[in-house]
Amino acid sequence: MRIYLLQRLLTAILTLFGMSVVIFVLLRLAPGNIVDVLFASAGFVDPAAKEAISRELGLDQPILVQYGRWLRDLARGELGKSYRYDIPAWQVIKPRIPVTAELAVLALLVAVFLGVPTGVLSAVRQDSPLDYVLRVVGLAGLSMPSFWLGMVIILFLVSWTGWIPSMTYVSPFEDLKAHLLQFLFPALAVGYRSSALIMRITRSSMLDVLREDYVRTAWAKGQRQWVVVFGHALANATLPVVTVIGIEFAFMIGGLVVTETVFNLPGVARYLVDAILWRDYPIVQNLVMFIAIVVVLANLTVDMLYGWLDPRIRYETR
Amino acid sequence: MKMQPAKPELSLSAAPLRKHGASGNFFRFCREKPLGALGGMLILVMVITGVFAERLATHDPIRTDAEHTLARPNRMHWLGTDNLGRDIYSRIVYGARVSLAVGITSTLLGAILGGIIGILSGYFGGWLDLITQRVMDILQGLPLLILALVMTAALGPSIGNVIVAISVPILPRAQRVIRGSVLAIREFAYIEAARALGVGHIGIAFRHILPNTVGPFIVLMTAQFGSAILVEAALSFLGLGVPEPYPSWGRMLSVSAAEFARKAPWLVIFPGSAISLAVFASNLLGDAVRDKLDPRLRGA
Repeated sequence: MRIYLLQRLLTAILTLFGMSVVIFVLLRLAPGNIVDVLFASAGFVDPAAKEAISRELGLDQPILVQYGRWLRDLARGELGKSYRYDIPAWQVIKPRIPVTAELAVLALLVAVFLGVPTGVLSAVRQDSPLDYVLRVVGLAGLSMPSFWLGMVIILFLVSWTGWIPSMTYVSPFEDLKAHLLQFLFPALAVGYRSSALIMRITRSSMLDVLREDYVRTAWAKGQRQWVVVFGHALANATLPVVTVIGIEFAFMIGGLVVTETVFNLPGVARYLVDAILWRDYPIVQNLVMFIAIVVVLANLTVDMLYGWLDPRIRYETR
Repeated sequence: MKMQPAKPELSLSAAPLRKHGASGNFFRFCREKPLGALGGMLILVMVITGVFAERLATHDPIRTDAEHTLARPNRMHWLGTDNLGRDIYSRIVYGARVSLAVGITSTLLGAILGGIIGILSGYFGGWLDLITQRVMDILQGLPLLILALVMTAALGPSIGNVIVAISVPILPRAQRVIRGSVLAIREFAYIEAARALGVGHIGIAFRHILPNTVGPFIVLMTAQFGSAILVEAALSFLGLGVPEPYPSWGRMLSVSAAEFARKAPWLVIFPGSAISLAVFASNLLGDAVRDKLDPRLRGA
């Protein structure tokens, strides 16, 4: 088990290292260097100021030195300076992390609590009208852009109730109810998509397990339906589901980029879009790296859950 | 598709042997997978809409009309007009061209490049495979939309760059699928036979293995097509995708549309429905094609 975890950890670190190279190279592909971009909208350009910024960013150094410095700064937790706000980027990002984290967790909860039970239901009632309805609803969830769903939810709220959740951020310490309501709808919009995927994988995984001999034995013993389904079958059907939740988490972070924009939530994901639009490239580079770290950590957690959920994996890698 | 000779069937009935020609296959697919066929038909209709956009549109999609801004759907403007007085219906018709073209091209580009990488990586194995797989792991590790965002940030907004940006995240997914089937095919006896006959590596990889990966390749294409449309919509919505004046569906939903949504909900409802319908259709088709061509993944 320890070797398994160590292997996973090492892979995660190597992956992160690789990601840092990819991100660094990708952003160096940008036409013109960052300083040109920063000054592009200024109109008047003072060559001295340009050079000063170039030096400050270390762009006069060879590319390997630049990369090394970036890694060093990252390791120290220095995320550079936001040119838009003219303050250290960390100060801009820090208050935004709880917003994105809360939204991600809520959306994941929506996805799991909506996806797993419907998937189980769909599998138990395979080929019934209910199964077809659930599958079509699921497929629809995979087809709608979550940001559009968010817009439609807002529209319906307005026309039916005349009320919409606050479009300016409400802190939970000010007004918890308004805060939760504000997060509920974006979490639903993002979570619905993920729930559709979770539902599909739960269904197919359950269908496999429900055909196994031990499940038939459980039926034959006269166990109650919910004991067989939830106690016997679901327990063994969770592994693929957990995998998908892990993959979906990464996808969800991507989805948050747009949803935070629609609901005007001041999260990290939206800041990334803003930084790209303002061409605040040092920040883009750091934010993407930050997201990469979160995703790799999420995958690592899923890997560790495997060992815990399925003891066979632990023994195999011994 | 090539006509195949009828295969003798082990059947005791006196019914005539069915011919499995291209049209026969098509009708059989429609009968066995009605939902998949429906999805295919919808996509076909949308492609035709995009191709004949000039004929089908009622207005110039980029001409503004100050007198008819935010008009409700009416006889002149079937789906209403936007804040600049542009006809929504015509924009959706032209948008089909942009959105589908970007979706199809980027899926093809990503799938073909990924396929080539997958074949080489799977066939040659060894160090090449190891390094390729790690690089692909890295690319796949980043959320699809984030990777596409970074790509557009790096490349700048233009239709060509958006296509590249959307195809890059498809690459690792495509190569994984193709590599997987190459690994299986590589061990077949006929490959060994080809090798014994002195066929070169490239010949074996591309003449003997490639044709057998067509099934998974089609499955992959139909599955990725929907997500390519979704990514394009999200990028364009954020103002980083297909630039003005091209009317893309995502662009139509962009922030300026959201501002007027309360006054004119049709600005939001119709383009979003077009995106959802296109993706829904490709998902229906994708599921059905996967069930037909790749039984191992049935129901996954």
